[in-house]
Amino acid sequence: MKLQSLEEQRAALDASEVSSVELVELALTRAEGTGTDLGAIVGLRAEAALAAAAGSDARRRAGEIRSPLEGAPVVLKDNMVQKGEPTTCASRILESFVSPYDGAMAEKLEAAGAIILGRANMDEFAMGSTTENSIFGPARNPWDTSRTTGGSSGGSAVAVSAGITGFALGSDTGGSIRQPASFCGVVGMKPSYGRVSRWGLVAFASSLDQIGPFTHSAREAAWVLEAIAGHDARDSTSLPEPAPALESALTGDVKGLRIGLPREYFVDEGADPGVVEAVRGAVSELESAGAKVVEVALPHTPYVVSTYYLVATAEASSNLARFDGVRYGRRAENVQDLDEMYKRSRSEGFGREVKRRILLGTYVLSAGYFDAYYRKAQQVRTLVRGDFDRAFEACDVIIGPTYPEVAFPIGARMDDPVSLYLGDIYTVSANLAGLPGISVPCGQHQGMPVGMQVLGRPLDEATLLRVADAFQRRTDHHEHRPPGSA
Amino acid sequence: MSEEERMSDNPLDRYEPVIGLEVHTHLKTESKLFSPAPVRYGGAPNHDVHPIDLGMPGVLPVLNEKVIGLAIRLGLATHSTVNTRSVFARKNYFYPDLPKGYQISQYEEPVVSNGWIEVEVPVKGSGKKRGAETVTKRIGVTRAHLEEDAGKSIHDVALSGSEGTHIDLNRAGVPLLEIVSEPDLRSAAEASAYLRALRSILRYIEVSDADMEKGQFRCDANVSLRPWGRSQFGTRTEIKNLNSFANVEGAIEAEIVRQSEILDDGGEIQQATMGFDVERRKTRVLRLKENADDYRYFDDPDLIPLMIDEELIEAIRADLPELPEQKRERFEQEYGLAGETTAILVASRRLADFFEHCARACNAPKAAANWIARDLRQELNERNLEVDETRLEPDALASLIRLVEEGRLTTKNARELLPELVEEGGDPQAMMEERGLEAVSDTGMIDEWVTAVISGNAAAVESVRGGDDKPLNFLMGQVMKAAGGKAAPGEVRKRLMEMIRGDG
Repeated sequence: MKLQSLEEQRAALDASEVSSVELVELALTRAEGTGTDLGAIVGLRAEAALAAAAGSDARRRAGEIRSPLEGAPVVLKDNMVQKGEPTTCASRILESFVSPYDGAMAEKLEAAGAIILGRANMDEFAMGSTTENSIFGPARNPWDTSRTTGGSSGGSAVAVSAGITGFALGSDTGGSIRQPASFCGVVGMKPSYGRVSRWGLVAFASSLDQIGPFTHSAREAAWVLEAIAGHDARDSTSLPEPAPALESALTGDVKGLRIGLPREYFVDEGADPGVVEAVRGAVSELESAGAKVVEVALPHTPYVVSTYYLVATAEASSNLARFDGVRYGRRAENVQDLDEMYKRSRSEGFGREVKRRILLGTYVLSAGYFDAYYRKAQQVRTLVRGDFDRAFEACDVIIGPTYPEVAFPIGARMDDPVSLYLGDIYTVSANLAGLPGISVPCGQHQGMPVGMQVLGRPLDEATLLRVADAFQRRTDHHEHRPPGSA
Repeated sequence: MSEEERMSDNPLDRYEPVIGLEVHTHLKTESKLFSPAPVRYGGAPNHDVHPIDLGMPGVLPVLNEKVIGLAIRLGLATHSTVNTRSVFARKNYFYPDLPKGYQISQYEEPVVSNGWIEVEVPVKGSGKKRGAETVTKRIGVTRAHLEEDAGKSIHDVALSGSEGTHIDLNRAGVPLLEIVSEPDLRSAAEASAYLRALRSILRYIEVSDADMEKGQFRCDANVSLRPWGRSQFGTRTEIKNLNSFANVEGAIEAEIVRQSEILDDGGEIQQATMGFDVERRKTRVLRLKENADDYRYFDDPDLIPLMIDEELIEAIRADLPELPEQKRERFEQEYGLAGETTAILVASRRLADFFEHCARACNAPKAAANWIARDLRQELNERNLEVDETRLEPDALASLIRLVEEGRLTTKNARELLPELVEEGGDPQAMMEERGLEAVSDTGMIDEWVTAVISGNAAAVESVRGGDDKPLNFLMGQVMKAAGGKAAPGEVRKRLMEMIRGDG
């Protein structure tokens, strides 16, 4: 029994071929086996999940099906809190933290009938693009376990790619859903900023963070987004719009759709030619389905990575100040005074990359540097938004590579953070401009999956999903499973 | 500087103080600025908290909309601009009673800016005594911004029950307005008068209870000195956490002395944060400016700008109560009251309302004003009560005043009834009758007492007859004594004059 995708699971549940309890048992077995081998799963709540599954089965027998997610297991990136459950953010400083309250995702998934199986590995506090910066050790790519999964939501990407759960949630601050989706050969979507509540998401960079789904298909992503989107009064940046109807938008029709190819994304010194070739092939596929291709300009592309790292680290330096050893989390022992308590608790509690970003962020907000760095970055951010506003006058979606290359070997970039940062060039703009973006598997290079990124207008998730779904109806990249899958 | 000047003990002879105040006032809300936790005083430590107040991972702030109306009221009452757009910012610093590692405040774009209030300040040289001559001075309000309070660090073993520092986060997140004045104040007495006027306004418009003892109204004072006649400001210091009117005045006076001593010796004032040692009546440097925290302010990305409709501002303007200054002018014109009495009455909206009710009921506004501003106020001060916290109804006081005005009760006896009325309430007329205190105005009885006094005090009578009124009070006293204090004083006086001088 494969039952790896959400769609397969839903069909089997609807046909009474399997129960939710059986699906959860299967997922637990896979999580403990493959999930542990691949470093994808960092915590399971077997008893609670089985009880919830029994409840789902009872509902189904009574004719109540809450959503397409009813009875299906899911894992959350380990930065989304659930009452009574640990949330570690893969950090020593939160190693022993148990949340006293429910985050919005725990509530939304429960309301949709989904079964939260456990927590997925990540880069510490979502800082990284390899899922190597984790106290649990690195996650491994199911397509080649010597390679990284991408990150920071690597555990969630692996959970879906390796068939442990049919869907998973991640968070995306600068590409942390789309890039690991691309590396692991699954669909990963970052919704428009404000579409999904951040209540209960441990903040990395508040103005950029957004939660989204990992699935195999765009259709499944639509189901998940319908369940988790919508206004939440507890998040002041949550958009007032209700959750959109998305599945009905998946018509398979892209006739007359204008695809924008940014000339800055297809320059010679840009992405790996093998990646570009796969993406161009996908664009041709959409063209043959009736879409039109236009060239667009995103002239501020050379500045997006530095802008992103100024804004994200500044916000992070403030967001992570609460981890001080005073009220919860790790507190250093045998300290002489308050100053030492702060310094040692934080020095012992945070890993290298987190410390690097706190230092950077503190610096860019400091008196004398604020105007040159943080304020300037906010100005460039406005210019980046302007680039997209103008581009979307000429096109309906923008397509390019999700990442300049395929998954690289674990450990290869650990000593070169700047090269890792530069790899975020295609993904960070969507966060800076608040746009929705999706990464869809579109081929392979060197035996590893390649992701195509589709960006859309703010709040236009429907068009993104329509394009991704139309592509998947005509191709089978999303049906390829890695050799290491369950 | 000449020898004479150096010898002068009073620094104010040489320097003009320049003072600006920053007031933190708790807003009157049911819940906190960004969380649903209740705002209460005296609750068990760390009980009035929500995960938001604790800075739990993943929590987000949501603005308590109640504060918007309160900020608008303060803005309008201080003739300020209410900004239709203001922005919340993070002030970053580490302290154990600051759960998030930053305080949410407003920085570059505050909700209220550029206003003023009018303050009755003592005329220079008239001293600080009550009854000193005052003049109206306009004090600029630079800005007022919304922010959250921090928790409390308790270092006192007696309070916490054990060694070490304890944290109580009940106060963390309580909504505050920080109201910053222009450096328009020129003495400790002016600073104190400004604070009292501001507190009175805050209470009138029901924005804050502004109870200093509860820490709801706290003050930092910026103080600098400059030689008289110089327009440029001197270097200022900031005295933190002044929690009573006496300490504000004491700290400013002490800081003026400290700075003047440095300047007298040819030294320079260093920009610094100061503390006030209440016991020793001295200010001391807590930290110098070069060691000051860099707060790394930036707009809080968890909150959206606070947008305020002009319509809402106008609706609140229409609903604003009469303010102390307006009430003062009206009382003086409408009731012909003296400035000093009016100042006492309007300082508290509750006292002013009590007065107006009472004045209407007894139809003797001046008498009512005097009774309330002197006798009643003394009773209230002794008991540390507000007027509406007593059993005394304004109608009852009106009835007491009427009895006095009608000559049925002597002022002395009326005063003796007042404490009981304050504590237990009651009907003054019934009390008077029950206790047989009604003044005797039976002319037969009075004539008997008067005749007896005239015959027993020939010398005094002779002086009065000769045109000297002075001994009259003595004779009045003698009659009242004979009457056991119950003779109607007006009638006694009239009969005395008639019998001695044969006139009326």
